Amino acid sequence: MDTPSYFPVPPGVGMEENFLSLDDILLSQERLPVRTECVFPRLGFLEKSSDSQDIPEGTKMELPLWLCKGLYEKKRKVLSVELPKIYKEGWRTVFTADPNVVDLHKMGPYYYGLGSQMLHFDSPENPDIANALLQTFIGRFRRTMDSSQNAYNEDTSVLVGRLDCLEKVLFRSGQNGLNGFQCWEKGQAAQLTASSLVLNYRKRKLVDVQS
Amino acid sequence: YLNCFYKAKAAGRADLIPSIKLRHCCLLRNQRCVVAYLYDRLLRIRALRWEYGSVLPANVRFHMSAEEVQWFGQYKKSLASFMRSIGGQEGLDVTQDMKPPKSLYIQVRCLKDHGEFEIDDGTVILLKKNSQHFLPRWKCEQLIRQGVLEHVMS
Repeated sequence: MDTPSYFPVPPGVGMEENFLSLDDILLSQERLPVRTECVFPRLGFLEKSSDSQDIPEGTKMELPLWLCKGLYEKKRKVLSVELPKIYKEGWRTVFTADPNVVDLHKMGPYYYGLGSQMLHFDSPENPDIANALLQTFIGRFRRTMDSSQNAYNEDTSVLVGRLDCLEKVLFRSGQNGLNGFQCWEKGQAAQLTASSLVLNYRKRKLVDVQS
Repeated sequence: YLNCFYKAKAAGRADLIPSIKLRHCCLLRNQRCVVAYLYDRLLRIRALRWEYGSVLPANVRFHMSAEEVQWFGQYKKSLASFMRSIGGQEGLDVTQDMKPPKSLYIQVRCLKDHGEFEIDDGTVILLKKNSQHFLPRWKCEQLIRQGVLEHVMS
């Protein structure tokens, strides 16, 4: 167990993104269904289905989150962003009914992250969306925490497979704590180890020789 | 971006503004990705100073840009002057004893031939592959991190 010295920029909390966070950059790549509320001259090439030189008003397209955030204006004269179905009423009731049953990884791996970002687009359903996100998280947290603290030295792919990215980070954090404690109990905490750089380089060399 | 914006308005082409804005968003996005990537590289290079030591192996330096090599040198210097300024006259090496030491001397096994190694009382040890030695902990720490020696726990 090596003491960590690489601290990547963590994702932002709630509705804020961290500019330098690689996780937030990946999150903001997710596509959202939108409807243009104005004309976008000379950008027709972005919209493959039609041949026009401009993107006309009222076009339905999918744009990545970063572009939606950049173009969106409160007065609604540029873009209107539609809620992805997992944040709409139907799915919200499913989530709040039994949050533990849902496969959040399949529902778009950034369920909480994207949900929080959706609040930027002034939907009238915002308070309900925010509440659904919170209730789902609260419902699932206990199980994630318990399993991360009790799964020692075993294959966790079944446990982790249905978690969203935020939950996966929490799970990994719990596992690190558990492994660290076990390591200390066995008296291995005082053993000096090679840097992970050296270990990874050695592994890669072995692979090169074998191939 | 503002330049384009005002030019468009002035020329009576305010209808182009949404497209100008979209293009600007794309430029900002590219900039964000590049900056985040370069910053992450710096965080990893900084971690190398702590995990590996003050001299980086050639294969790692090969993959660093000239600016990154320079940055590493400056970070090393900053860290060194910090370490000299604390802990009294000789300073304090905070990159040592990252795990709580249990004893002054430790048992190590040599993982690869490293040649002759002198310890504080003048004796010279030959670090040949698979040889085992009982050495002062502070002399071995860096070699263990670099994968030359292995800490053997009894």
